Amino acid sequence: MLIIVCPFCGKRPEIEFTYGGQAHITRPERPSELDDQAWAEFLYMRSNTKGIHAERWRHARGCGRFFNALRDTTTDHFVATYRIDEPQPQIEQPAEPVPPP
Amino acid sequence: MSVLRTPGGGRVDRERSLQFNFDGKAYAALQGDTLASGLLANGVHLVGRSFKYHRPRGILSAGAEEPNALVTVNPGAPRDTPNVLATQVELYPGLRAISQHRWPSLQYDVGRVNDALSAFFPAGFYYKTFKWPQRAWKSVYEPAIRRAAGLGRAPATADPDRYAQRYAHCDTLVVGAGPAGIAAALAAADAGARVMLCDEQSEMGGSLLAETMARIDGVPALDWALRALATLAGNPRVTLLTRTTAFGYFPHNLLGLNQRLGDHRADPDPGQPRQRLWMVRARQVVLATGAIERPLVFPGNDRPGILLAGAARTYLNRYGVKVGVRVVVVTATDAAYQTALDLHAAGVAVAAIADVRAQPVGVLPDAVSRAGIEIMPAATVLGTRGDRRVSEISLGRVQGGMVRPAARLACDAVLMSGGYTPSVHLFSQSRGKLVWNESLLAFVPGLSAECERSAGACRGVGDLTAALEDGAAAGLAAAPDPVRGSWRPLPEAGTTGGCGWLGALPQPQTTATDKAFVDWQHDVTTRDLALAAREGFRSIEHVKRYTTTGMATDQGKTSNLNALSIVASGLGVPISQVGLTTFRMPYTPVPFGSFAGTSRGALFDPVRRTPMHHWAQARGAVFENVGLWKRARYFPRAGEDMHAAVARECRAVRSACGIFDATTLGKIEVVGADAVEFMNRLYVNSWTNLAVGRSRYGILLREDGFVYDDGVVARTAADRFHVTTTTGGAPRVLAMMEDYRQTEWPQLKVWLTSTTEQWAVIAVQGPNARRVIAPLVEGIDLGASALPHMAVARGRICGAPLLLFRVSFTGELGYEINVPADFGATVWEAVHAAGQAHGMTVYGTETMHVLRAEKGYIIVGQDTDGTVTPDDAGLSWAIGKSKADFVGKRSLERASMRAPTRKQLVGLRSRDGRTVLDEGAQIAALPGQQPPMQLIGHVTSSYYSAALDHPIALALVAGGRTRLGQTLYVPMPRGEIEVEVTPPVFYDPKGERLNA
Amino acid sequence: MSRQNFSALSLLWRGLSRHGGWREQWRKPEPKAAYDAIIVGGGGHGLGAAYYLAKEHGIGNVAVLEKGWIGGGNTGRNTTIIRSNYLFNESAALYDHSVKLWEGLSQELDYNVMFSPRGVMMLAHTVHDIQVFKRHVHANRCNGVDNEWLEPEQAKAFCPPLNISSDIRYPVLGAALQRRGGTARHDAVAWGYARAADALGVDIIENCEVTAIRRDAGGAVEALETTRGVIRSHKVGVSAAGHTSVIMAMAGVRLPLESYPLQALVSEPIKPIFPCVVMSNTIHAYISQSDKGELVIGAGTDAYTSYTQRGALHINMHTLDAICELFPNFRRLAMLRNWGGIVDVTPDRSPIIAKTPVPGLYVNCGWGTGGFKATPGSAHVFAWTMARDQAHPINAPFTIERFRDGYLIDEAAAAAVAH
Repeated sequence: MLIIVCPFCGKRPEIEFTYGGQAHITRPERPSELDDQAWAEFLYMRSNTKGIHAERWRHARGCGRFFNALRDTTTDHFVATYRIDEPQPQIEQPAEPVPPP
Repeated sequence: MSVLRTPGGGRVDRERSLQFNFDGKAYAALQGDTLASGLLANGVHLVGRSFKYHRPRGILSAGAEEPNALVTVNPGAPRDTPNVLATQVELYPGLRAISQHRWPSLQYDVGRVNDALSAFFPAGFYYKTFKWPQRAWKSVYEPAIRRAAGLGRAPATADPDRYAQRYAHCDTLVVGAGPAGIAAALAAADAGARVMLCDEQSEMGGSLLAETMARIDGVPALDWALRALATLAGNPRVTLLTRTTAFGYFPHNLLGLNQRLGDHRADPDPGQPRQRLWMVRARQVVLATGAIERPLVFPGNDRPGILLAGAARTYLNRYGVKVGVRVVVVTATDAAYQTALDLHAAGVAVAAIADVRAQPVGVLPDAVSRAGIEIMPAATVLGTRGDRRVSEISLGRVQGGMVRPAARLACDAVLMSGGYTPSVHLFSQSRGKLVWNESLLAFVPGLSAECERSAGACRGVGDLTAALEDGAAAGLAAAPDPVRGSWRPLPEAGTTGGCGWLGALPQPQTTATDKAFVDWQHDVTTRDLALAAREGFRSIEHVKRYTTTGMATDQGKTSNLNALSIVASGLGVPISQVGLTTFRMPYTPVPFGSFAGTSRGALFDPVRRTPMHHWAQARGAVFENVGLWKRARYFPRAGEDMHAAVARECRAVRSACGIFDATTLGKIEVVGADAVEFMNRLYVNSWTNLAVGRSRYGILLREDGFVYDDGVVARTAADRFHVTTTTGGAPRVLAMMEDYRQTEWPQLKVWLTSTTEQWAVIAVQGPNARRVIAPLVEGIDLGASALPHMAVARGRICGAPLLLFRVSFTGELGYEINVPADFGATVWEAVHAAGQAHGMTVYGTETMHVLRAEKGYIIVGQDTDGTVTPDDAGLSWAIGKSKADFVGKRSLERASMRAPTRKQLVGLRSRDGRTVLDEGAQIAALPGQQPPMQLIGHVTSSYYSAALDHPIALALVAGGRTRLGQTLYVPMPRGEIEVEVTPPVFYDPKGERLNA
Repeated sequence: MSRQNFSALSLLWRGLSRHGGWREQWRKPEPKAAYDAIIVGGGGHGLGAAYYLAKEHGIGNVAVLEKGWIGGGNTGRNTTIIRSNYLFNESAALYDHSVKLWEGLSQELDYNVMFSPRGVMMLAHTVHDIQVFKRHVHANRCNGVDNEWLEPEQAKAFCPPLNISSDIRYPVLGAALQRRGGTARHDAVAWGYARAADALGVDIIENCEVTAIRRDAGGAVEALETTRGVIRSHKVGVSAAGHTSVIMAMAGVRLPLESYPLQALVSEPIKPIFPCVVMSNTIHAYISQSDKGELVIGAGTDAYTSYTQRGALHINMHTLDAICELFPNFRRLAMLRNWGGIVDVTPDRSPIIAKTPVPGLYVNCGWGTGGFKATPGSAHVFAWTMARDQAHPINAPFTIERFRDGYLIDEAAAAAVAH
């Protein structure tokens, strides 16, 4: 069970959260202008990154807020969590292990 | 008292003797004994049979690494527990245990014939044979193999015990309360840390419990340990957990601990759980898990009476039990010399110490020589004799690469020590990197992956002095504020020489006579490993899987490194290149019950009940599970089955009126200046023109265009919607709404609140519905024009605030009375009482399903299945045609979603007028087909309609709306059923009753 | 290069000489500079595809590249359940093709893969489950796939340890039974295909990780860069399960895949007690007993994508509470070993076995939690697709383009949700 740092509530156990999949996939402004391929790209295609992965979580059993996180999918260690309206931090290297609370 | 019991000393209680029973025979032992020490005190070594060859096996170790001594405790009793280690079973008066995996008895086991035929059962033999004839594997070979396999038997009855679970947090978790662990805990606690210290044994102290020579801080080591533990116990910031195994290391410093609370008691406290699973989140972890002594690999090394030297010392010093009267020690380390000295001092004859090393020198060899015990250097073991107990050992001498016979010694025990393997299990589970240390002949912890440090023997620091200092340093570093700490240990223990031996002992070139075991329990020999290498299984994972070495219940604790070494030398590569198999959770087996905890019976999942639940229960309702909810399915009267009850309920609603608990429907309040815009973007419908006080049937799609949920949505104010969802769908609909609100359209001013639990919903349906509720409702004109179908109004009922919907899921005149949940039961009873004069009948979900199916109303999840578009379900009319976008709209524009061959919702009528179709039955356009058939759809809902007096069904049929009037075929095992395709609305297609 | 005969007689014969005469079951060749075809991924699917390329399509100059040891991925990490009672015609055809191959696989490969049709029983706990399972039963029967409905008492008779009392939270209301379903020995599948493919000339190259995919001016595949050098081929099939996205990204191909941790566990071995396979999708429990006597139990996937090959403790807890509810006599049995795999999941939970937009590059992926059962069938049609550069009729629906066009094969959605 992971420890996840909610940007609003702090460190909490994973069972308080729901996973929201890859982050920074924005719903097109005018979907009807997209061809089928572009629409399928939005709907289904995912980077499935091995390494630092930008992803969405929701503190569903806490504040209820969505936020984004950078997690190393080879270790499950979080590198950063940040608000939905913040840009993705530019971090390439996995972090040293950090003590949980 | 047995001659094998020492006169004094040790951790057993000499004043409290007890009786126990093994394989039907009674034995005497002392309080504090384990089953293993109790048996050894009675001269019993033979305790089990090996997995494959059924060779007699004795107790090898004194701890969790035991591969042989697996027994069943409480056989046939409610607390029947198979496959427990005799070395870990704490004796209590009257304990009963039996041996396993033997027939007819432990002494005479016919399975032993496998040993004689073992030449034909090498590693992996089952892959090469049992292939013909094809059917024989399942009918002949496999059943025979299965009968031969397995160890103990599963209990025949349900477990009477309870299990508990607990979360805990601490600054420093120390795993293992041996010298390094105690030192770490003391140092961390001294620096002010909140410390947890756990140990798998019944008593903390680790190796110090069997230590007689060393001194620490000026006192005997054991006294020091007891004093230290008392200090820790007196510190309110320290938690000590004995009988508690740290079995798993999970991400982010979460450790799983299993605490045994009941198994060591004759009469477990019924108020206590049997075991408790701790989930400990630690800032810092100190692993002080010690090391496991390695057996030596030589021919006949598996006879009862051959055990680990350190175990023999533990039995002697901790339990006061001599493992034999005349022993031979075979060793590659100095540690076994101390065992020899201790045994010698206790009056056991030590026939010789055969040392694998060429020139054993140092304090301990000197002491042994002074004691008059013969040391044979450069020794090897050529074989042993003795059937159910070792009686003789043949020693050889290695000289110039040649092995020559040296001596045959009579003995009743052989004590072996191949060195110590650090217990890196938890470190490896934490994903720390192991590195090979050639001088220690061991894998030791390298780079940590978590906030963790290893200390003491588990990282190769086996010497007592060094281990104490290592533990103290680790504990201090693992405290949140290390500078506060001042405690340091002052050990004065002697140093012992290390080294050790890996792999098989040297043998003469001639073919050896007996098997040399590497993995005791799984009967893996040096020959099996050689065969695996010969057949090309070179990765250690392949060797493990092909030979099954390290896969027994001990998970290779004593065998893995020897196997690795033999494979490496066979391939001619260094051990570091062969690699290590992965260490997997759990460190030692943990009962399923501990993992399940209290999640059983009614507590398995939360139960959601409506305010009217008890009323329904009192009236004999039959409930069904829908999501977490309990819903009343039907209300049978005396002598009625479901069919009869439902027919009666249906007739009542159509002819008079019915009352139905609709509370479980999900309810979400959508509020804000942009509520309309939000709903427009989310649902397929257009909400702009929906007047306040009116409601509409809404459909929600997934972004892929398929129906996700539906429900009536009311506009209760200009900026406010009361959205209802399906019973199971409420949480995911709210989650989806929140997702779009927060992440796609954060600029919209809209707020979402789940109000499912806030409202009790009472549906009153039927031609008499208005007459029933009219006297109770205040402040709302119920007239057909004032409150038409789909209108919503606020008022009061029975003193409660009321949100009244004029809606119908039955096709009748109907109302849904929404009152605050606390009023639900009262209002329900009042409405029900008022209804009695008007023929009111309570009905359940089954009748609701029939009535809605008669009207062709779909149930999302039953008539749709995640592959159905609104048009498929006949719901295109609901789509707001002028909207540029809504969730799922773009997906609906794909060609595949508009294909005329898509499955569409239609009605079906059995041509014979009486056959109720099976829900899920398939539909064919052509009759008389054989499998594989061309199928065009399936039945989604099917009922007998009491109102129409014939069966009705809804179905999804390819191009269904173009097939109205056609005959289709439902192929059933007993023949085809002819059906006619009809529109999905069977009852009152014009909706006159609805608008009454 | 002919393979040694495996039989009781050969065991007996070589037993007399201490089994000195057995050869390597597959060679350990150095990679050649070029092959007619290369399979990336030495699991059951990849090794099987190489075998069928050689056996049925005459393409023996094939290499299988495995970054670790063969069978070390999901092939060796699953609960070995085999069944074909899928709902949609496309799925049922694919999985039943596989079951038919399983039935003769030990003989085909001269390697005992221990296929044991012990029956797979799927439990229904709600009215909705009953509807869904009956739909499956009817669809399967009409497709010629065996699957039958059992009432609770019949389910208990088929699996005596099952608790069918009505006082548990989610009582058993019935079950769908596929008698031809069962289990097999996972390692043997990899080794058996490896040995048989090797005998037909296939080079199985372990410890060889692909680091890049080279494409020619026209965009077609021309070579793979690996940790053991550059290997040329104009035909590359990727069968790398959880790592498929990583490999395909090297050729610039994006896939609708996400990789999740999936766990399984075994109990200590006990004498035979459990005669079949039982699955409960509703309360998440999958259980059978291995020949060795261990109860083999499958857990659920974790919520998040990960390549760590380990899952969370609470997932196991949830699995075992379900097992203990259904089989209360097992509560005192102990977990011996727990492990994790990486499953690659598509949006419709059905696989992709198809050509890709890159000429010469083929992919077999997206098996989610169900890949083992499909091993022979998938390998067979993947080999066909690679050999002929066109899909076999059985895998024709399992394209990448179905996600663009909306022709999903949505088994998961069809199981739908509680209402």
